[in-house]
Parts: sequence; structure tokens; C-alpha cells
Amino acid sequence: MRYAETGFNLEVDLSRGNIERVETDPRETELYLGGLGTNAKILWDRVPPEVEPFSPDNLLIFSAGLLCGTPAVGCNRTIVSTISPQTLLMAYSMMGGFWAPELKYAGYDKVIIRGKSPNLVYLWIYNDKVEIRDASHLKGKGAIETAELIKEELKEPKAQVSAIGLAGENRVYFASIEQGRSSASRGGIGAVMGDKGLKAIAVRGTKDINSARPVEFMELCNEVLEYIKVRAENPIKGVPPILAGLGSPQEMAIHDEEWHTTNFAWGNARYRKKDYWTEEVEKKWTESLENVRERFVSCYNCPMKCGATVSVPGISTYMMKCYSKLTYTMASMTDLDFGFKIAQRATEYGVDAFSTPQTMAFALELYEAGILTDQDMDGMPSDNEGRFYWLLDRIVRREGIGDVLANGTYWAAQQIGKGAEAYAHNNIKKHEQLPLKLGMLNPVYFLMYCTGEKINITQIEGQFPQAPYPKREQREEFVKDWFQVPDEKFKQYFLDWELRGENSNPYYPTVKMSCDIVDWQEKMHYIDDALGMCAGLSSFPLKPPYHIHNYPKFISSGAGIDMDEDKLTHAAKRYRTLVRAVNIRRGMRRKDEKPPEDHWKKRFPELEAELLDEYYKFKGWNNQGIPTKEALHELGLDYVSEDFLQRGILTDNEGTPSKETSAEKEKK
Amino acid sequence: MGEKKKKIVKTIKVDVDKCNGCRACEVVCSAFHATPKYGSNNPERSRIRVIRDPLKDIYIPVYAGEYTPSECMGRDKYTIDGKEYDECAFCRASCPSRDLFKEPDSGLPLKCDMCEDDPPQEEPLCVQWCLNDALTYEEREEEEEEEEKPEDLEIGLESLVDKYGLDKIMDTVARMSQKD
Repeated sequence: MRYAETGFNLEVDLSRGNIERVETDPRETELYLGGLGTNAKILWDRVPPEVEPFSPDNLLIFSAGLLCGTPAVGCNRTIVSTISPQTLLMAYSMMGGFWAPELKYAGYDKVIIRGKSPNLVYLWIYNDKVEIRDASHLKGKGAIETAELIKEELKEPKAQVSAIGLAGENRVYFASIEQGRSSASRGGIGAVMGDKGLKAIAVRGTKDINSARPVEFMELCNEVLEYIKVRAENPIKGVPPILAGLGSPQEMAIHDEEWHTTNFAWGNARYRKKDYWTEEVEKKWTESLENVRERFVSCYNCPMKCGATVSVPGISTYMMKCYSKLTYTMASMTDLDFGFKIAQRATEYGVDAFSTPQTMAFALELYEAGILTDQDMDGMPSDNEGRFYWLLDRIVRREGIGDVLANGTYWAAQQIGKGAEAYAHNNIKKHEQLPLKLGMLNPVYFLMYCTGEKINITQIEGQFPQAPYPKREQREEFVKDWFQVPDEKFKQYFLDWELRGENSNPYYPTVKMSCDIVDWQEKMHYIDDALGMCAGLSSFPLKPPYHIHNYPKFISSGAGIDMDEDKLTHAAKRYRTLVRAVNIRRGMRRKDEKPPEDHWKKRFPELEAELLDEYYKFKGWNNQGIPTKEALHELGLDYVSEDFLQRGILTDNEGTPSKETSAEKEKK
Repeated sequence: MGEKKKKIVKTIKVDVDKCNGCRACEVVCSAFHATPKYGSNNPERSRIRVIRDPLKDIYIPVYAGEYTPSECMGRDKYTIDGKEYDECAFCRASCPSRDLFKEPDSGLPLKCDMCEDDPPQEEPLCVQWCLNDALTYEEREEEEEEEEKPEDLEIGLESLVDKYGLDKIMDTVARMSQKD
């Protein structure tokens, strides 16, 4: 019997209309766990670097995590993986909600989509019955609207639906996949779904998921619940309220937005408003939120309530979580009322809440600078709010200038020219970043920005405090109950970290310490992404209920795979390296691994080079960021080094530079 | 009719305003009632279901009650505070009119047993797992006339008899016992 997983994938070829149920190899689970891990393996095996994102041969994989559908609290993530049209690298955006457990109960770990349907279709999975159904009547419908219409026509209110909106249908490079209160947004995976002619996947399942050692597994779950209660009563001291608790940042609950509004940048990631947050603003924003928030909502089997139902009078109800509350507001330099209004339309269109507002603010900057002209912006209203609506509507329809902007700031700037490139200033690997501009280089964050392959800082940071505590007593207090650390040395790193003086940024944490810290933080995210665990209970917040010490027990007793900390660390390193291998094969190199140039005012080129050199070495990568033959061998990834050697990416003499690959060249 | 007897009345109080729709109650219920205990998980086997319609802000945890062989003569539909609830939304019956509270394989009815366990649980598991207190538990003592309650097996058999007729069930049982 297979435990925790179902042992079956659903292979769907939309070109031929073929559906197959394929048994998977349990040895792959042991090596790559599941979710992101096994997705990376499939993309490595089946999507060579010559395959373009919008090729029928690109795969779009919807995967449940290994422990989704078991009682593991908060384990509900769907990991969607494909090749991104924006970055041309592997995208592995994820969403919470209810879809992944439902897929497990239907009897599948993954849905692997290939080919392209000539007409718009949706997939309906009900246990063993799987159908490709016509979706022509859903063309142009909103993502949330689509889900409701599908549940109605199937007469299945308990079905869970992931759908794209107009943006995905029109292959907008930052189109999302929406699922009620959750969305997989980053990297333009919604555009790949639209390119395949797939409007939605609806799923309903009524089968069992088994645990290997049930009593032990339930005890672990109960411990997690108990610790969640402890953390609710003991918020972390010395950090902004938004970082003090568990869950994804509690944007729907917290009214004190001083930290975000005064530290993060407004407009096109440009302006700090250090004095923005006043009593008056707080009062107004509190009212705005209280007026529209109907109820806090959770994801499957999770006591946290990170999302909320939002009902703005006059427009349809939608659900929101996390930072999308602020991205539209701050990019448009308006207020929270407008933020809630436009986010509703954006959710129905199905677009990413980081890239979209930034791309619109970027367009307006270009217009102010005279690079985009009245002719380009023909018909744009004069008021600020009107302009954002107008731009959003153009982008998702790819009308006029919207057709250019729909490719995101990097590609749009290339296309517009006339100096527009300087305005696409907040990207890493062609992907829009969190709007944040700071003073002093932070070595840990430098490494995370450079090497994070989710290309999103929130998906690599988390376990180590973002900033030092001013007083030693505070730091001693913090480390007292910090049992999540993989090694006691991390406590010392934090104890000795000062705001000023020798032991402060950028030279402290030292290069060696920075490598350790980044590796730990990244590892926890990678484990979550294979198990399907929400980062909000694990890798993202400080002192989470899931950590390197209890995870092996969850995997052993849940999935029946013998696991200890070393074996888990090794497995996570294996598929993390495989993600890198997919990207290296697509041309990613050291030169791509850098933060936005203006992220910090104070930069230290020598130190930065040393950080990257040492981190690459630490990870078993050569000075170009390419995993070495020895490192690959140690991970059982000899098939990767063979491929690298064959393609000339690695040579037997590692000193010689590797040759440029096709995906590295500018896109036609 | 039996004699007067003291009885513990077990009540799960449901505060729908506090429900965030996570369905942890369904998860732990189905795990607890699995064989072996906690050995598998499947909300479809749960004896509590959250009737949810998030966009309409509807979240009602409903417990599986008695099995009924026939539908009510009519159906009910509630509107509360302007929110229209589905037909029979608050009803606990395992009934032919809907797919709620039936074992997915056999169609046999499910019924909440307040997590009877040895040693007894402090509270039903759904309550233990509801950290937001949408479900809370209360016990009180009452005096009442005792009557014989049909056991699980009898309820199950009764529903099979209703579905297939007594003769067919007897035949089947006879045939199955001959096989052994």
C-alpha cells in the first residue's frame, strides 16, 4: 500500500484529448519526496531546454504535496510547475486553499498537462471519472465567476476549482491561477494554462488517504496544534506586529501598517514615505478594512485565518490574503479603499498582485517621462484611479499598449526602448520584485535575492530574524525557546549580531554565517514545497510549529518512508539542485544572480563577490553557479552531470568557461 | 418503557460566526472513525460536514444525525440575516434526498457518536481540533425515561432492509454464511 500519497498521476494530453492514469514509482518519492521535488524531476526528464514556454511540449504540472490529504495541519498546498514565459526558467508557483487535498481524495498526486486544446476546455475530475469538457461558454469570464459557474453546471457544490481569468486566456506574462481564497500567481503560470486552452480544473474526490503509523502521526499533529496555541499567546517580541505571529502575514487582521507603508516603496518601487503613517491614516485605514471584511477564512485543515472574504459595496465578493492588500494601494499612491476595489477586478482577471501594480506604475512613469506618448495612451482617463483601471483593462485584453505591458516590465522595456530599460529597475531574472529599497547591504538578504530560484524573497526568507535586536538581553530572551534551529550555532550568530559596530551589516553575519543562514532558510522552504505544507506554519514565520526536528517523524509515520534529519536534508538538497539544474540547462548563470541594482544604497562589490563565491562553493556549485560533477554525484544526480557534459555546460576540466545555451540569448 | 434514569446530555455548541471554513473537524472525525483508528482520512466519511458557500459567507458545521429511509414530505429553506441557505441545510439526517452522511462505498448511513472511545476522550475530536471555538462542548445531567437504542449494526441493517427488502437481505446473509 502507498501511504500519504496515492501513487497515481493523471496524464492529460490536450492536443489529442487523451487521459491516462499512471502509477508512479515509490522510489522516486523516497528520492524527491513529492510536490516540487517530483515536479522538478518530471520537468528535467521531459521538458528539454529547447522547449519554449508556449510550446505544446511544455508541461503544466499541478501537484499536491506528499502530506496533503493527511491530517497534517495546514498541509494543503498545490504546487504548480512549468516553464515561465516571463523568466524562461522553471516557475513553481503555489497555492493554499482546498484543491490539493481534494485531488488526493480523488486518487491522484498530480495532474500533468501537455499539448494544447484547439478550443477552450476545462477538466473535470471526479474520482475515476475524468472528462475534458467544453468551456467556450466560459471564455472571458472571471476566474472566481468561472469556478462558481462550473460548480453550478456540474451540480457539485463540493468540487474545488482552479481557474484562469481573461489574463490567462490572453497569455499575460503575469497571469495567475485562482482558486477561491488562494492563487498561484508568480511567474505567469496562468499564461501557460491559457496557452494550453485550459480554462479550469475542477476536482472532487471521495477516497481515502492512508497513514503508515497512524497513532504516532496523530500525536505529531496534536503537538503542532498545541504549539500553535502557545505561539498565539506568545507573539514574538521586538518585530513589527505583522511578523510576530504564525500564518502568512496577517494583513486581513492587522491595522497597524506602519512597517509596510513607511519601509516599502510606493509607485513603481520608487518612493519611501517615512512619515506616512499617522493616527489619522490609521483611523481611516481601520475603517476601510472593517467596512469591507466580512469574515476571516482559512485554508483546508488549518486553524490560521490568513484570508478574508471582502465585500465592497457595488462589486462582487472576493477573497484576499496577505500583501495584495497593499500592492495596488501603494503602486497607485492612493488609499486602501481603492486597493480593495481594484484588487477585486484583478482577482477576476487573474493576475499576480506583485507584477501587475508595478507594471502599471512603470507605464505611468514612462508616460510622465515622455517615453510613452499620448498616442500610446490614447483614451486613458486623467485621474489616477481611472488610469489604473484603464491600464489593467488594456493589459488583460492585450489591447494597444496593454499588449506590450502584458509581458511585464522587463520585456516591455526592451520592446519600448528609448531608455525605458532604466524604469524596469526592480527585477531579478526578468521578474518583478517586492517594492523595497533600503540603505545598508544585508549579506544574508543579498544571497537570498541572488540565488532564490522561486525568484521571490518571501519564498526563501523566514527562520532567522530580518534584523538584529538592539539589546543583548532581548537577544538572549529570543534564543531561549528557539528550539527550531538545526544547530546551536545559529543562536550564537544571532546573539552576536549588533545594529552598529563591528558585528553589524554588511560584514556580520560573516560570509560563512550568511551561507549557513541562507541554506537553513532555503532548505525549510524546499521541504515545505515538497510536502505541500504552508510556509505560514513552517518556513516563513519565526519559531514555527514545523521544523527540521519534527519533519522527519511526520514523513516516517505519515508516508512510511524511513527518514531522519540527515536523510531529509539530503533529499531536499537533491531536488533543490535539480531545480537549479533545470534552470542552468536553460541558460541561467552567475550574471543573472543579482538583486535589483538600487535595492540597497550602500553596496560592497568585493564583499558581494566573495559572498557569492563562498555560497556557490558551500552548495557544491562552481563559480558560475553550476552544480559540479562531484556534487551531483553525491546527490545521486549523475544523469544531470552526464547531460551537462554532453551539452558542454560542464566540461571535464572545470576551469574552462561553459558555453552559452540557446535560452540565454535574447528572445526573438 | 423503562424507569427514570440519570443521563448525561452531550452538546456540541456551534457558533457559525466563528467558523472559518477550514474543515479540520471533518479531517479529524474521519481519521478517528477509520479502521484502524487514524489509519486513513477522508472527509466524505466524516460525521460532521461544513456546509460552505464562501462567496455567500455561508459556513454551517452540521452533525450526522439519524438515518431516515424516506424524505420529508416537504423541504425547508432558511433565510437568516439576508443569507439564503440551501435546502435542508441545517438538517442532520442521512436521507435519500441528498448525498450527505453516507459511506462513500456502501452508501450506509453515518452518525455522530460523540467520539466514544476507551479511555473516553475529554471532548469530541472535532471540538478539540477547532481552535477558533466555532465548536465547543458542554455536558449536563438530565433525568429521563430510558428506552432501548438500536445499535449501529441494527441501524445499518435497517437501512439495507429499506433499500433491498428483508427477503433479499436474509437470502444474502444465508448465502454469505454458507461460503464460510
